[in-house]
Amino acid sequence: MSSSIESLVNKEYQYGFVTDVESDTIAPGLTEDTVRLISSKKDEPEWLLEWRLKAFRRWQAMTEPHWSNLKYAPIDYQAQRYYSAPKSITPLQSLDQVDPELLRAYDKLGISLSEQKHLAGVAVDAIFDSVSVGTTMKAELSKHGVVFCSFTEAVHNHPELIKKYLGSVVPYSDNFFAALNSAVFSDGSFCYVPKGVRCPIELSTYFRINAANTGQFERTLIVADEGAYVSYLEGCTAPKRDTHQLHAAVVELVALDNATVKYSTVQNWYAGDKDGVGGIYNFVTKRGKAHTNSKISWTQVETGSAITWKYPSVILQGDNSTGEFYSVAVVNNMQQADTGTKMIHIGKNTKSTIISKGISAGHGQNSYRGQVKMLPKAHGSRNYTQCDSMLIGNKCGAHTFPYIEVANNSSITEHEASTSKIGEDQIFYCKQRGLSAEHAISLIVSGFCREVFKELPMEFALEAQQLLGITLEGSVG
Amino acid sequence: MLKIDNLHATAGDKEILKGISLTVNAGEVHAIMGPNGSGKSTLAQIIAGHPGYVVTAGSVTYEGKDLLAMPAEERAQAGVFLAFQYPVEIPGVTNAYFFRSAYNEVRKANGKEELDPIEFLDLMEKKLKLVEMDEAMLHRSVNAGFSGGEKKRNEILQMAVLEPKLAILDETDSGLDIDALRVVAGGVNALRRPDNATIVVTHYQRLLNYIVPDFVHVLAHGRIVKSGGKELALELEARGYDWVMEAA
Repeated sequence: MSSSIESLVNKEYQYGFVTDVESDTIAPGLTEDTVRLISSKKDEPEWLLEWRLKAFRRWQAMTEPHWSNLKYAPIDYQAQRYYSAPKSITPLQSLDQVDPELLRAYDKLGISLSEQKHLAGVAVDAIFDSVSVGTTMKAELSKHGVVFCSFTEAVHNHPELIKKYLGSVVPYSDNFFAALNSAVFSDGSFCYVPKGVRCPIELSTYFRINAANTGQFERTLIVADEGAYVSYLEGCTAPKRDTHQLHAAVVELVALDNATVKYSTVQNWYAGDKDGVGGIYNFVTKRGKAHTNSKISWTQVETGSAITWKYPSVILQGDNSTGEFYSVAVVNNMQQADTGTKMIHIGKNTKSTIISKGISAGHGQNSYRGQVKMLPKAHGSRNYTQCDSMLIGNKCGAHTFPYIEVANNSSITEHEASTSKIGEDQIFYCKQRGLSAEHAISLIVSGFCREVFKELPMEFALEAQQLLGITLEGSVG
Repeated sequence: MLKIDNLHATAGDKEILKGISLTVNAGEVHAIMGPNGSGKSTLAQIIAGHPGYVVTAGSVTYEGKDLLAMPAEERAQAGVFLAFQYPVEIPGVTNAYFFRSAYNEVRKANGKEELDPIEFLDLMEKKLKLVEMDEAMLHRSVNAGFSGGEKKRNEILQMAVLEPKLAILDETDSGLDIDALRVVAGGVNALRRPDNATIVVTHYQRLLNYIVPDFVHVLAHGRIVKSGGKELALELEARGYDWVMEAA
């Protein structure tokens, strides 16, 4: 492509810094003792340890899946460290006891944890390596009966809810990475919105990996009781390191009758360098169960990670339930993404919408993989899938793998797909109107992603748009 | 305002312009005519800074500056505007957002304050009238799903917004019915001022009934083979291009 675009500088990953804190990190390796050690560090009840051990035994009998369109060197699970926590964090501390060095780290990421300065209208749970640093706006939330805290805290304070819902959507036996996570998960966020309550503010979790050679295995559980509403956002960053780091998370959403859960992700893990050295291996299982008349909506903007393996799904269990998946996945340089969704229609008159926008640049490989399944009793159900790919340059790839199964004759599924290329002509047109090449690309790409961005909460839509601009800088050449 | 001197240019291995010289002063309208493949559009694209061509000899001076040394966006910011023969679609980006981005980039480059969306909408209301377009147009994606006529009108609308010093209309009349032609020409005429200039690239004389040129140039095989006043266009219409090319 044109020299004007080639000459754009490839901007540095701006979240690549390392925070210097003394950490309690366990030795590499994974055995039953590792699982016991993590559980004991978190002072967990016996039932949870038992659950972890069952998951671990199950995991040992499983093999890593290789059906995805991803190529990577074998992962040595015994070389990973499964737990690392800043020493200054004591379990269940309050925010004013947090190590200033950690607060500074979050400030640098644009996340203020101090109660005076936090973003208006958003409560944040900050997860640093394997533990939660703290959760903001808890008092405000508790006025409405909303529980929002770290997973560890929830195990201690709300064991009945955890017992009831943990593994209820993603059982530990679900898949290799979910089993691994179930065995070694260290922290994460928990949210419960009681019957009929509309959570008044956005909830968010900010995941930060800091320690070297350490994986992050967090677990998020969100339960919206009957008629409740909650909107939740997660953000992710990690330092630049020249070895791959493993991230295997599980997110479970439960929307009881007439409830709505909206879950948005802006994933910006370190993606590795131009030659594919370093970067996060992101293997995530996200799934929601939608009961009668309820709605679960996933929105994701995936710009980071060396490898992304992720299919936020909805089980449309109850009649008239709705599932949505809006996704923008960007790969540049040597990044690979295999992402999409599963919409499993079980109840009658269930509806699902899938809008997937894949952008490939550099040598990036982007795959959409989506399953739409209408079971025999899902009468009168509908699915609409739109799957668009955009290519920037001619060394990248876009792939689409739709799986559609309909087992009744009163349901309708639609699948539309398109592939386009950012053309020299589009860029020249913008430049002729006075826009720089950089501005032109971000304009064209954000236009391409508009249907997804409009689903994000406003503050984050802007952030996502800027992030996209940064990720793609220098991508055309 | 614009001085083109002995311009040679290639696309790939092929030499398309073979020594073009042309001077355009403020207040003037020049028509460039010629048969298909004569290099008319190439000349327009090179002035605008399209990366697909290589200038092998000659110079282009715009307001005393070396135009060829300026990137395309700087040329636009300095007041060079090209109404595209084939306007490009940008799905998902509204006309309003696109026009305002362009307008503000040009303002910024000229040390002027940017307009916010509300102020800009006021400005747009006036401009829309000029090309007889509806406000709904602003909320549609740039050229996406536009008819041929709408695309051309949209180009003139952008010209009206950006108020360029040097406007180049590249086959703006092709694909327009007579009503649309009248509207487009009316818009261009309304934007004429003593301190700006227009180059009209066209295949047919038809448009020149509405936009009356001061000079007409005939381009053939990459050279200007004949120049004259507006009556030359009428002669071409009556006699075709062959006689000029034979005489050259």
